[in-house]
Amino acid sequence: MNATVPAMSETLLALVFVLLLIAPLAVAGVALINTGLGRSRSAAQALLGNLAMVAVAAVFFAVIGATIAGNLSGTGFSFYAAGKPWNWLGAGSLFLHGMGSATPQAQLELLFEFLAVSMVVLIPWGSGADRWRLAGGCAAAAVVAGVLFPLFAHWIWGGGWLGQLGANFGLGAGFLDVGGAAAVHLFGGLSALVLLWIVGPRSGKFPKEGLSTAMPGHHAVAVLFGCLLALIGWTAWNAAGAILWLHAPLTALPETAINTLLSASAALAATFAVTRARFGKPDASLCANGWLAGLVTSSACAALAPAIGAIFAGAVAGLFTPLLVELLELALSVDDPSGAITVHGAAGLWGLLMAGLFAPKPGQFMAQLVGIAALLGLALPLLYLFFALLNRVVEFRADADGERLGMDLYELGGSAYPEFVIHRDDSYR
Amino acid sequence: MKFAGLLVLPAGFFLTLTALVLFADPARRAAFIACSLAIEALGLAVTVRGHMPQRKAGRL
Repeated sequence: MNATVPAMSETLLALVFVLLLIAPLAVAGVALINTGLGRSRSAAQALLGNLAMVAVAAVFFAVIGATIAGNLSGTGFSFYAAGKPWNWLGAGSLFLHGMGSATPQAQLELLFEFLAVSMVVLIPWGSGADRWRLAGGCAAAAVVAGVLFPLFAHWIWGGGWLGQLGANFGLGAGFLDVGGAAAVHLFGGLSALVLLWIVGPRSGKFPKEGLSTAMPGHHAVAVLFGCLLALIGWTAWNAAGAILWLHAPLTALPETAINTLLSASAALAATFAVTRARFGKPDASLCANGWLAGLVTSSACAALAPAIGAIFAGAVAGLFTPLLVELLELALSVDDPSGAITVHGAAGLWGLLMAGLFAPKPGQFMAQLVGIAALLGLALPLLYLFFALLNRVVEFRADADGERLGMDLYELGGSAYPEFVIHRDDSYR
Repeated sequence: MKFAGLLVLPAGFFLTLTALVLFADPARRAAFIACSLAIEALGLAVTVRGHMPQRKAGRL
């Protein structure tokens, strides 16, 4: 990352590598959740979209993004203000040039960022289910992976100004984002929000009169299995992040893993209780959202909080998740099938605040606030600008026929479940 | 209105940077950063509100 980072032992390097080989299960889990929360007539397109976006993101991050992130070279462009260096852009080589000669730690950091960018691009894909075209999704993935994500990744993980807030301004240990709660989940949640502003709701979701139309996910089993896969991936991801970004010793890793489980469990219990109290029975898809919100919260604070702190952070995330999902849909007319704005955006933000609260160094909470302000203030307008421009070149939204047919037939020419009889949707009458 | 909100958001970001550069005193810096976050929250609220009528007009 930079010259001040202490060297890691070979044992730790090997452990991080193994953990990063397990971490993609988190991406697989989110892909399953995205697919299951959409409708059956768009299932194949949804899962293929997850794969395609990961592929596009990996290529664009390798070609351009890693240059901006700057982890391999450990250098960046800086200017001086108030007598302090402000490292704002990485200065790596294009096409991962020089990867073989980089330190093992720098290579592992790069691998971590490859996984992070894979997750980032999947988050808005779930929100745009049933109307976001594959071409539009891939174009957005290219821009996010090639330009936008690497900028913030450099600021946080590549020796940029956010990571150096501690050294330069005495704010704790600098902005801490151990498991990607900011660069991955908050950023992904913001991109989901921007996408939904641009593509709008699914046809028939908000009729002229009355409440919004319920459009439940088609495969609760896939969604809940995705949650279990995500737990495995998240545990490995948080542990790898703790070693890479906090330089945590081996002895601290079991606590990080336990805190990840505790945060998710407390969140699920809270969502279970809230949905049972509100609807008389627990809601499977909202409980899945709660579980995922707990995992996202743990991304920020699992390596920093005590066990009771992880339970508290997860429980609060689980409490606000169903309420915010409902608020977004009913009060703000935001049609977010996967709940990404709440699950990734809001829970990521909450986790970052909790990390600031539980971190041992004074000034950490202020560092977290600066990081949140930077992401919210700059990422959201940039995402809007790029997505709006892209939408003019590659139209994001399918036409009315595409939505009526389902994205499987419209984009792929075949259904994920060919034995199913496709019923006419009453909402189009 | 939605574009006004989107312009307010970077203003909050630059205020945060300004707070870091101008104020060495932690209390004043914290107050300034809190204000910048409040401005960003306002910008976000305006942007969200600005997108609601557009959706209503587009409903089927």
